[in-house]
Amino acid sequence: MEIEWTTYDPGEFYDEMISSPGNPRRAARAIAGYLQKLSARQLGRRQNAADLAIAEMGVTFTVYSEGANIDRTWPFDIIPRIIPLREWSRIEEGLEQRMTALNMFIHDLYHEQKVITDGIVPKKLISGSKSFLPQCIDASPRFNVWAHICGSDLVRDRDGTLYVLEDNLRVPSGVSYMIENRSITKRVFPELFRKHRILPVDDYPAHLFDMLASLSPRPLDYPEIVVMTPGIYNSAYFEHAYLAQQMGAELVEGGDLVVDDDDCVYMKTIDGLQRVDVIYRRVNDEFLDPEAFREDSTLGVRGLMRAWRAGNVALANAPGAGVADDKVIYTYVPDIIKYYLDQDPIIPNVPSWRCADKAQREYVLANLDQLVVKPANESGGYGMLVGPHASAVERGKFANLIKRNPRNYIAQPTLGLSTAPTICGQHVEPRHLDLRPFILQSDRTYVTAGGLTRVALRKGSLVVNSSQGGGSKDTWIVDTGGN
Amino acid sequence: MLSRVAERLYWMARYLERAENTARLVKVFSSMMLDLPNGVGLNWRQLVDVSGAHEYFDRNYRSSGERNVIKYMLSDTNTHGSVISSLAMARENIRTTRDLVPSEGWEHVNELYLFARKKLTGKTYLKDRHEFLSEIVMRCQQITGLLAGTMSHGPAYQFVRVGRNLERADMTTRMIDVGSATLIVPGVELERLENRLWTYVLRSLSAHQMYRQYVRRRIQPDQVLAFLLQNMVFPRAVAHTLGEIATCFEDHLPHSEEPLRAVLRLQRLVAEADAEKLHAGGLHDFIDLLQLEFGNLHQLISGTWFSLELDEAV
Repeated sequence: MEIEWTTYDPGEFYDEMISSPGNPRRAARAIAGYLQKLSARQLGRRQNAADLAIAEMGVTFTVYSEGANIDRTWPFDIIPRIIPLREWSRIEEGLEQRMTALNMFIHDLYHEQKVITDGIVPKKLISGSKSFLPQCIDASPRFNVWAHICGSDLVRDRDGTLYVLEDNLRVPSGVSYMIENRSITKRVFPELFRKHRILPVDDYPAHLFDMLASLSPRPLDYPEIVVMTPGIYNSAYFEHAYLAQQMGAELVEGGDLVVDDDDCVYMKTIDGLQRVDVIYRRVNDEFLDPEAFREDSTLGVRGLMRAWRAGNVALANAPGAGVADDKVIYTYVPDIIKYYLDQDPIIPNVPSWRCADKAQREYVLANLDQLVVKPANESGGYGMLVGPHASAVERGKFANLIKRNPRNYIAQPTLGLSTAPTICGQHVEPRHLDLRPFILQSDRTYVTAGGLTRVALRKGSLVVNSSQGGGSKDTWIVDTGGN
Repeated sequence: MLSRVAERLYWMARYLERAENTARLVKVFSSMMLDLPNGVGLNWRQLVDVSGAHEYFDRNYRSSGERNVIKYMLSDTNTHGSVISSLAMARENIRTTRDLVPSEGWEHVNELYLFARKKLTGKTYLKDRHEFLSEIVMRCQQITGLLAGTMSHGPAYQFVRVGRNLERADMTTRMIDVGSATLIVPGVELERLENRLWTYVLRSLSAHQMYRQYVRRRIQPDQVLAFLLQNMVFPRAVAHTLGEIATCFEDHLPHSEEPLRAVLRLQRLVAEADAEKLHAGGLHDFIDLLQLEFGNLHQLISGTWFSLELDEAV
């Protein structure tokens, strides 16, 4: 399994490591040279060391394998994905710009709706969105920020252009993998960390804590912050527990909290009731409060929305923030950025067709075999059609779905996602990947250095989701000095 | 500390202790059945009675032969008393409180459960029962030791300690109840039989050696009884477990007045017991009374720390 860059060929795709066979990109030059010097045995030994490290920590991931709906350990590839700091700084700015505009947009939607009266976003789109929550109208979260934690998925097309593929403004997950991946590569390639300037990622929990603390309705030195989980059977439970532990916050379930007559939230402790200031909730909107949303929810807290609206507790993300990660709204984000910030978007959207528009819909229906069709309100790759890989029957089914409910669908060209060298058995081969950076926003904005790189391990596959044969890589933002 | 978490740690410790004690019980009982002559009046059925769930047993099993009783005690997943259920419950409780327990604690409990499940699905445990049960006991003790040695002894640990000791007190009294069985074998002197029985009771609690060191006399039923009820330093003696619980309440946990009062009452009850008289008659009723009080104590613990008033109103 020796790496020979001259025979490594990503073909028509943009490769993150090399610019052409035999020629590593500037920021990746040192690591490419280093990897090439390793013998097959040495490289194998590093991968084994990584697998062992994962198995050790793996207990924490694989324990749920007996129940249903439980995440498995992700395969991890030791070859890091390299992004030069210079490029990253620009992406960071772009993400901050995007989050700022999206938060202004959400706040506007729940107040004056100027964006609608000014004709930027059609009224029908909002009134028809199931993520627009009437229960949130006129609410004013601190700093007017609604989406405090965002995971935006970035992809790179053939020509090297980086696009935002989608924004996850509800309860994005994966950040714990980002941190774990780094701790593994540090064990596997310590010498590279000594020689290169690779930006750290393990300060995320500290930033998360500071951001959450800034939301506290009571100006205290030590606000009571809790992480609210749906419980052990949630696939991201490990992450909830991990973040709570790292922040020194209590990990609570709905049943641990109660809203008293004073509209404040309390947790039940062995000392009695204790007031809670900030809830980092990893429970979806509809289950948050049986009084306001789904009556049958056992995961939530009765009266939580009352307490939140009264300003007695902060919820991160705020309920209703999901209205802005609707796939149809996504197509308006460039206009939204322009409208609120009077700036051009730094990171472009993937060009998209809206099926609600007659002309665009007709184009989509005529070109289904070349397009990716996405429903407005699903995540994790569910309910999606990848035209070029679908059968005629599947395409026919989608054509009907689109005609029946055009508002619910958008279409995008099938992108040629960029690749990076990945260990596949005895060889190193190009595999497609994406990137999920995490953005924190309150009165300040923080963007992770890099994020979670997800890689499609099956040859030729473009699907990076863990449930569908995806794995992950560590992401290195490398400072090569100079400009 | 969250009430829910306190409750789970308490139950984790109880179930872990229960698994260990049930394994001890079956192990010693098995060997006793081999040693005592047939027809002494001791049978497998008594194991069911000790477990306190004879109604469940009678509903679900046709006869109380060895095979059925062993299955019920070890691998029946429908009752909380079996080894496998206890381990499953211990695992479930520790798995949801992992942020407070050292990660090795979780790993060992998880592995122990997987080990027991694997062993108990085959029928082999009937053959290598002794080794299997010894391993269960040893691994449970390892986990208890691990928690004692690596967990900060703050409130979280105190709930583990309370759970462990209450469960222990409960099992010790159940074992004493076994000793109260009347044995009749024609031609064999009653006293010798009885002494042998009490030796087994001591063994099942790992108390034989400590008894010898402490009492320095041959096994005598009333002495054994006094030792198991009233000894302050033997960890499985009822008086000792109650002392442990009282310390947890008094020194470490908030708002403990009511449960503490209940423990003090229990301590007095045990201290004032007259072993000689009890042995002569009324032992079974006395044990019943103690178990009733343990249940009562559990209710007070639960009401004080686990389910807050407001909870019921909501």
